[in-house]
Amino acid sequence: MRNFTWGQAQTVMDAAAAASVTVADAMLSPPNTNGQAGASIVKAGGIDLLDLLKEKLLTADRITSLKELPGLDVITRTEDGGLRIGAAVTLANLARSPLVLRHYPALANATAHAASPQIRNVATLGGNLLQRPRCWYFRAAEYRCLRKGGGHCFAIHGENQYHAIFDNQLCAIVHPSTAATVLVALGAIVECADAMGAARRVRLEDFLVPPDEDVHRENSLRAQEILTAIELPALNPGTRMVHLKQGETDSFDWPLADVAIVFDLDAERRCKRAAVILGAAAPVPHRAKAAEAILLGRIIDEEAAKDAAHAALADATPLHKNGYKLPLFETLIRRAILRAAADLHA
Amino acid sequence: MAEANTAVSEQNVPFAGAGTAETVQLMVTVNGVDRIFDAEPRTTLAEALRGTLGLTGTKIACDRGSCCACTVLRDGLPVCSCMMLAIEANGHSITTIEGLAAPTALHPVQTAFIEHDALQCGFCTPGLVMSCAALLEHNANPDQEAILDAISGHFCRCGTYPHVMTATLAAAAKMRGDDNG
Repeated sequence: MRNFTWGQAQTVMDAAAAASVTVADAMLSPPNTNGQAGASIVKAGGIDLLDLLKEKLLTADRITSLKELPGLDVITRTEDGGLRIGAAVTLANLARSPLVLRHYPALANATAHAASPQIRNVATLGGNLLQRPRCWYFRAAEYRCLRKGGGHCFAIHGENQYHAIFDNQLCAIVHPSTAATVLVALGAIVECADAMGAARRVRLEDFLVPPDEDVHRENSLRAQEILTAIELPALNPGTRMVHLKQGETDSFDWPLADVAIVFDLDAERRCKRAAVILGAAAPVPHRAKAAEAILLGRIIDEEAAKDAAHAALADATPLHKNGYKLPLFETLIRRAILRAAADLHA
Repeated sequence: MAEANTAVSEQNVPFAGAGTAETVQLMVTVNGVDRIFDAEPRTTLAEALRGTLGLTGTKIACDRGSCCACTVLRDGLPVCSCMMLAIEANGHSITTIEGLAAPTALHPVQTAFIEHDALQCGFCTPGLVMSCAALLEHNANPDQEAILDAISGHFCRCGTYPHVMTATLAAAAKMRGDDNG
């Protein structure tokens, strides 16, 4: 890791000003040029950032810590009954927050099972959302892939067992954040602040960028801007939510497949609103619109869950090594729907 | 300059003390003692502990936060010292494996690891001991699931996990004063 100078931002405006370039843009420099001259980036928990710096996928002349910023590491109720989560709240604190456990248990579940306890004690929700993808071609300096400014996705015809089964014609990464799967299902809003003090609020689902929009980045964070908070809308009484993750092992790892279900049921268990979001399925959390359409208006039973799960995978385009994800997702979706419908307290 | 520094750091991690313009002075409470030392901003906590402070009980294996061999406690919480910059420990309290035992006796987790044969090559052991000790600090009566979660980040390629489980349950029983444990 090349040496850098270190600073600590005291205000959000200073912090945003210290981000001279986004990490995504800084990583577009051709290899062996030592990165963008004068790149100045910001760091919260910095787990992904240190990984990128150590692998020399990213170089920076200056790093500014966000850990001293006041109010960035707290969780508060919003006036409308939703939740505001500071971007620097650690995954560990999020997973054990009574407010999150009580009102958004699927989010607590997703963050409690992300990475290892050691990482969760340091990694922040903001950093989790902004981490770069785990594709091994992207992570290997030897492969100058499309996402790093090269001309080719090596995964599409290569080792793609952990890659996307939707939207994988251009670049086959899956979005690395498990929390994002749940947050998109909940309709979360991200708040960014710029160096002039202006705040920008955008739905997480719109903040995340698919490859055909821009293959060089996973989100629309700009230079001289930092992520400050994630807001969750208030829930209707009786909203149910479940997050299920299937990994390759029972210890820590990114999921092979994960599913977030959020729905509102009436007294007859008829579905009034449904969100079915798949993680580790596409370059951004994938909304299974066909499944949502099937659930809407239906009484949630075994048959409805089965139909929705089947429909969710109908337009999948698996690559030659990840076809196993289809039955995996179909099972997870069916189970998650039934569990959400059964769980009165979820 | 950057090239030269990179070349040197690949051979052996840069250790403080030279007092160059590129180093900063840090104050970290390590095992209860305030330690003042110089470090480059890029120096990880693991490198500073081992190289600058000579506390080589903390092991660096993957150096990417994937194996947890380098686990230390920061303000009582287990963290990967390889994925934290030394500069981020400034003003904080760090406990390493050297600081776990009382002056006259091993920590109960250490004793239990010996009694229950919970190590083979021993390279991952300091990290595992730190995680298990931290768990018992917060949870006097952990079940198997709690222990599995606490050690979920640790790689032990000798495969000592079942013995780590037995040892941690035994240490918990001993710390509770339960003789049958």
